[in-house]
Amino acid sequence: MDITQSHSAPTPQALKIAKLQRIQDFLFHGITQFFALSVLIALLGILISLVINAWPALHTFGLGFFFSQEWDVVNGEFGGLIAIYGTVVTSLIALLIAVPLSFGIAVFLTELCPGPLRRPLGTAVELLAAVPSIIYGMFGLFIFAPLFAEYIQPALAATLGQVPGLGILFSGAFNGIGILCAGLILAMMILPFIASVMRDVFEIVPPVLKESAYGIGCTTWEVVKNVVLPYTKAGVIGGVMLGLGRALGETMAVTFVIGNAHRLSASLFSPGTSIASTLANEFGEAEAGNHLSSLFALGLALFIITFVVLACAKWMLNNMEKKQGLKT
Amino acid sequence: MKSFLKKALVISAISLAPAAFAVDMTGAGATFPYPIYAKWAEAFKAKTGSNLNYQSIGSSGGIKQIKAKTVDFGATDNPVPFEELEKDGMVQFPAIIGGVVPVINVDGVKPGEIKLDGPTLADIFQGIISDWGDKRIAIMNPGVKIPSGPITVVTRADGSGTTAIFTDYLAKTSKLFKDSVGAGANVKWPAASTVGGKGNEGVAANVTRVKNSIGYVEYAYAKKNKMTFISLKNKDGNFVAPDDLTFAAAAAGTDWAKIPGMGTFITNASGAKSWPITGASFILLYKNPENKANAAEVIKFFDFAFKDGKKMAEELDYVPMPDATTDFIRKNVFTKVVTK
Repeated sequence: MDITQSHSAPTPQALKIAKLQRIQDFLFHGITQFFALSVLIALLGILISLVINAWPALHTFGLGFFFSQEWDVVNGEFGGLIAIYGTVVTSLIALLIAVPLSFGIAVFLTELCPGPLRRPLGTAVELLAAVPSIIYGMFGLFIFAPLFAEYIQPALAATLGQVPGLGILFSGAFNGIGILCAGLILAMMILPFIASVMRDVFEIVPPVLKESAYGIGCTTWEVVKNVVLPYTKAGVIGGVMLGLGRALGETMAVTFVIGNAHRLSASLFSPGTSIASTLANEFGEAEAGNHLSSLFALGLALFIITFVVLACAKWMLNNMEKKQGLKT
Repeated sequence: MKSFLKKALVISAISLAPAAFAVDMTGAGATFPYPIYAKWAEAFKAKTGSNLNYQSIGSSGGIKQIKAKTVDFGATDNPVPFEELEKDGMVQFPAIIGGVVPVINVDGVKPGEIKLDGPTLADIFQGIISDWGDKRIAIMNPGVKIPSGPITVVTRADGSGTTAIFTDYLAKTSKLFKDSVGAGANVKWPAASTVGGKGNEGVAANVTRVKNSIGYVEYAYAKKNKMTFISLKNKDGNFVAPDDLTFAAAAAGTDWAKIPGMGTFITNASGAKSWPITGASFILLYKNPENKANAAEVIKFFDFAFKDGKKMAEELDYVPMPDATTDFIRKNVFTKVVTK
């Protein structure tokens, strides 16, 4: 009885269910597609509104806006170079310090760390990522900067500051706050992001691969360099980019410690400003006109920098994959 | 659940009932008078039930908001010129007086010990005088031991009414400053050692932390943080220390009634005891407001503040407006606003 029934034509009831399911599928598809597209719409909306608001400044100052050092509110002269320089340099300093440190943390946690220590150390790194940026700013201004001015800056000036050529980067008054201090605080902020992403991707390397490498007599370093890193490079670069993204856009902590001075100086000790901190400082009091529009233009510059960084990362990954494809 | 909600609604309706005739006023603008406005608002609410929602978003923000008609009144430390007031159909009056104080962090120097005049202060903030051992500082301070060291200038990083008052004073006393920097809420500070702090608290924090620094803050911040202020030479040639008496002396010499739109800084005021960097915070109202009931309540609020709010102002280290001026405001400004 049962068998004959199941082989016969679908009952109206089954058809009804199938139809309902098709509609459900269609709706589900449509809704999720809408959600995904809304991200694109929001992105385009932000870009368009930035361009519209930045247009008066870009029209007045031309593309030279991005290469001009001028930032004079009283006389209405604006240029973005100082803020762009500050943003890029502080982020580079942060990466320079945070990437090797995070790499060390991740390697230790995944390859070398004794079992009982692994979880507390890993949790500590993740907790560091959860600290709000304003706390880093306050810590930077009230605790780190005085120590930095008292001990680290004189030490840097006495050592690296004496190297011909490089010395100019570590010259000037020991104020504590400045480009270098902002870079160091940023390094501290992005370190947990990069470290926890690196640790997570290192953990997904199949043990079989690592064991075979150890089996033929590789050292831990050789395993990391020749097995773990090649296997996880997409994730590692992703983690670094995540950190860089946070460093570029970080506002509050940087505002506290960068010194907020619209001046370009060769020394990393001197105060400067970044795009995000300029926006935070001046948006509330900016008069409509070129000042407000120039702030929007700075926002646009930050948008473009972030976009270029992401594009470069994608391009690097693609290139590496291609090379690998050719080799094997 | 529903019955619970209903009960809650009924209870809240009953508890709100006495305030049925009260009005919710909104204001936005200057951060400097925010503490006293908040205190006045609390007292006013206790008396009348009317609530003031004041957002301290900064002076320029206050002007923007009143122009956009999103608030009942705007507040600014940087007065709006008379022509602009007339064009927009607004009135302006000063509500409270305070002072801006140069503060320093130099080892072994006590508050008020270092004496400076306007041009010297202007040259320090321009970086022309860049060391505490400079001769021009020494000449003005015979007998005071000032250890030499490179000066770090601390300024406001954000646009600010405080900066507007301070630069107005420097521009009035130093032609060089007027020509090369100018006055405004946000100026380009030329000194190579300039460090910017966000808000009065940011400047105060930087000055307390950086050795051999000089900055400027509202008096309340200097007092609260026990900072080392300096004495300044006023227009009459006397050196004065900042406090509510010298602020009041400066305000006494200002005849608000003679200034169209009442908009003026009280910088470099004459008077033997006048503190030279004094300023008022202003209120902006429409002559013909859209929400007349609220405008009437705003006027009632400031009338109350002028009459009963003096002690509260003094407690918070502000200087209340002189009686002659508040009488003038009542007769000549409040009457211009159509409230019916």
